[in-house]
Amino acid sequence: MARIRIRNEWLERHQFTLRILCAGVVGLLLLVTVAIRLFYLQVVNHSRYVVLAENNRLREEPVTPPRGLIYDRNGVLLAENRPSYELVIVPEQVPDMQTTIAALGKIVNIEPDDIKRFDSLLATRRPFQPLPLRTELSAAEVARFAADRQDFPGVDIRATLSRYYPLGAAAAQAVGYVGMVSTSELAKLDPAQYTSTSEVGKVGVEAFYERLLHGSVGTREVETDAQGRPVRVVSYTPPVPGSDLYLSIDMRLQEVAEKALGDNSGAVVAINPQNGEVLALVSTPSYDPNPFVDGISQEKYAALSNDPNQPLFNRVLRGQYPPGSTLKPFVALAALNYHIVNPLKKVYGPAVFYIPGSRRPYRNWDPAGCGQVDLAEAIMVSCDTYFYSLGLQLGINDMHRYLVDFGFGQPTGIDLPHENTGLIPSPAWKRRMDGHAWYLGNTAITAIGQGFVLVTPLQLASATATLSMQGKRYAPRIVMAVKNPLTGALKPLPPHPLPSPPEADSGAWKLIVHSMREVVANPAGTAHAISYGAKFSIAAKTGTAQVVAAPRGLHGEGPEMDLPKKLRDNAMFIAFAPVDHPRIAVAVVVEHGGYGAATAAPIARKVLDAYLLHTAGGDVAGP
Amino acid sequence: MIFNDFSPTSSTGDLTFDERLLRRLNLDGPLLVAVMALAIAGLAILYGASNEDSSMVYRQAIRLGLSFSVLLVVAQISPQFLRLWSPWLFVLGLVLLLFTLHSGHIGRGAQRWLSLGFVRFQPSEIMKIAVPMMVAWYLHDKPLPPNWKQLFPLAAIVVIPVVLVAIQPDLGTALLIASAGAFGAFFSGLRWRVIIMLLVLLAIATPILWHFMHIYQRERVLTFLNPQRDPLGAGYHIIQSEIAIGSGGMFGKGWLHGSQSQLDFLPESPTDFIFAVLGEQFGLIGALVLLALYGYIIARSLYIALRAQDTFSRLLAGSLTMAFFTYVFINSGMVSGILPVVGVPLPLVSYGGTSMVTLMAGFGILMSIHSHRKLIAS
Repeated sequence: MARIRIRNEWLERHQFTLRILCAGVVGLLLLVTVAIRLFYLQVVNHSRYVVLAENNRLREEPVTPPRGLIYDRNGVLLAENRPSYELVIVPEQVPDMQTTIAALGKIVNIEPDDIKRFDSLLATRRPFQPLPLRTELSAAEVARFAADRQDFPGVDIRATLSRYYPLGAAAAQAVGYVGMVSTSELAKLDPAQYTSTSEVGKVGVEAFYERLLHGSVGTREVETDAQGRPVRVVSYTPPVPGSDLYLSIDMRLQEVAEKALGDNSGAVVAINPQNGEVLALVSTPSYDPNPFVDGISQEKYAALSNDPNQPLFNRVLRGQYPPGSTLKPFVALAALNYHIVNPLKKVYGPAVFYIPGSRRPYRNWDPAGCGQVDLAEAIMVSCDTYFYSLGLQLGINDMHRYLVDFGFGQPTGIDLPHENTGLIPSPAWKRRMDGHAWYLGNTAITAIGQGFVLVTPLQLASATATLSMQGKRYAPRIVMAVKNPLTGALKPLPPHPLPSPPEADSGAWKLIVHSMREVVANPAGTAHAISYGAKFSIAAKTGTAQVVAAPRGLHGEGPEMDLPKKLRDNAMFIAFAPVDHPRIAVAVVVEHGGYGAATAAPIARKVLDAYLLHTAGGDVAGP
Repeated sequence: MIFNDFSPTSSTGDLTFDERLLRRLNLDGPLLVAVMALAIAGLAILYGASNEDSSMVYRQAIRLGLSFSVLLVVAQISPQFLRLWSPWLFVLGLVLLLFTLHSGHIGRGAQRWLSLGFVRFQPSEIMKIAVPMMVAWYLHDKPLPPNWKQLFPLAAIVVIPVVLVAIQPDLGTALLIASAGAFGAFFSGLRWRVIIMLLVLLAIATPILWHFMHIYQRERVLTFLNPQRDPLGAGYHIIQSEIAIGSGGMFGKGWLHGSQSQLDFLPESPTDFIFAVLGEQFGLIGALVLLALYGYIIARSLYIALRAQDTFSRLLAGSLTMAFFTYVFINSGMVSGILPVVGVPLPLVSYGGTSMVTLMAGFGILMSIHSHRKLIAS
């Protein structure tokens, strides 16, 4: 039985009013909740969200400074930044990456290595950033791509700057090269400066002057949208370009020296004695530095480092050779300095010298002996037996001290990295090395530049320059001027004087210089052959240094040139000219060249001629 | 003012020309002014949210104009006529919904659109009006509150369209339709114990609902619970929205000067997330002014419901108003991060067409109810 319900209009209205009020109040409370939430976001946490919004909006991008250029002293360009073309792909604009890369491979050469590198970039970079697929496109490749560009949406060619050495191998040993920054290098560099730089100096001037050449990175603050695309530049701090460097190298001289060395492995260093500027720095064979710039391939590198002639080895800085007889003038100076010899007293130079109380023979290079010679004549004819005796009178300790004061056995302080020290032996050193005592025989052969003593060609040239200046000593320098990147002003780097060797009286210097002049001028001198046609006076000293312990009796017996080249001695030669006002000092090393007089001396003569007769060797001719 | 109303009993001789015009057009002045103010403010916000895209603002203005003409037309229809046609509109809506499921257009992963040859529209929009009308129609001749037996047809009227819309899937619209129907039942005086029982039932049904949810819908709920769980994916919207609002501060960054919205960090800034644009460019002050405007519109509409003279009008006015409130609350709540992300636009401000027509039709109904009262003293 259904209950009959009767509508109560008033009750229904009342009920409805209550419900409406109820809904209104709940609605109001909920809107107030939203308002409280807004207050929390916009007032309480406002500053936090401002930071988050700014981080969203602004991005700092580094602006790479152009690397400083390198010139020779006459303004010949040695290292430049060349626009290079790379093939870049914007992933998000490419419909199908696989097909695109395959099609591109028919137009430009794409190695598996390129694809591997590209894939790793693809995984880490954002899809709107252009990623390089190939660098260093050839002109033909650029042209081929340009013709078919419309077939490749999202693919483009981008110009960048990349280091280029226009003279290739000619200046490589001095200039060095740049290469990709490695992670271990990055740890030593200022990371802020290298965020956008991929190249860093590895060897040579490029490495030593990295900070000057690099310049200072600029920044561009860009506003980006949510996809990270730059919308506009908010602020811009321009980079400070790297400084241009002017080397003291004279490329004409460098090329003459290189040509004179020919196919020989060896080194030529020429220094201006007046200020220590390095005029030529040649190490042969050399190498083309350009492949190193974008990362040299494995095979190419292996070929260079396995080459028996060691083209990557910088002989000038790192080659350590027994100086042979080229050390004699310096030993003679030591003896004069310590007053242990009367230079004018004639002494008999036998064919064989015996240390008193010993039966071991120490031979003269000329089996005929030297006859009666004074100190100057002993240098002129390079009398070994005279110097064995002199060395014993001088003693190893004074000899060691004096040679070190001359700059041997330590880095010269040139503005190039990786310099070797050479070695001037001493009893203390020998005890440290092999625990054995120093014998008088060691002293004797040290006096003629054999045995343990080792010098670098650079040390030899630098010491020759000091000798030519009668003790005035400068550290060798290879960079002579730096161009301010902002003002364009050229700032010459001042010479870097070093303490002179102990003051022998000026008569001693004159005597040694005279004796070296006689080496060339006197028909009996060992380098008389190079005097013919010389338009200036030359002072020089020859040297022939044993490389391997050749079978007894080989040395000085019969013409060396008959020996297999590997067993031949190193030919050494030092010279400076003009004698009275020296403008150039040279050291020449020809590995396995045999007699210094025969092989190395003519090379030195060519260098002296080239410098003193055909060049001014003057000021920086740069812009 | 909300309650400062020209009385239907007062003589027309006391009225100004404007008031006479409004009466002649069956419009409610205060509600009309508030809705117009909201729409115009919305156009300005949209200009700032769309990267100063004037063609977008132009299209929105055209839509507003069309929708406003719908309001004018609907306001002329008497509530009695609306009541008579309620079942037919409801049936039409159901048929179109079924038809959409069968052969509708797929837009953005959901099957919501129906093409009528010259125009495409979402049948689910019809249901935003038709469901509260049907609820009011069903209850209008019954003694209130409804008894147990009447509860089942009532539930069917609400649940069937809601399910049909939800499986499209369009959770936002389904929620709005459900709220309109539910508020109709609520205003009919449904007993509290019945309400509580229904809420308990809903709570029990939630895990089952979860089971039927699409993966992206589950994602949204999980993301709401912890936006940082996927900051570049599902959580991105809400994080960027909070950054936009928070960085706006008290007074905002200024019109057209919001970095979040101008630089596209804020996704869907002209549509569902336009409230965040307002918060960024006009600050807390701007957001509160907008909320106050909505509050005024809701209060005025509730007042119209209170003054309505018959059950059908009362229930319809009340449920349409609360559906509008639900719109505002869900959108502002989701944009400010107190509700999960549900595809509900900010009414009359978000860019978009169909929902605006429905909203304006709703306000037309409210005005019709208010202006068609019989001139007898209550």
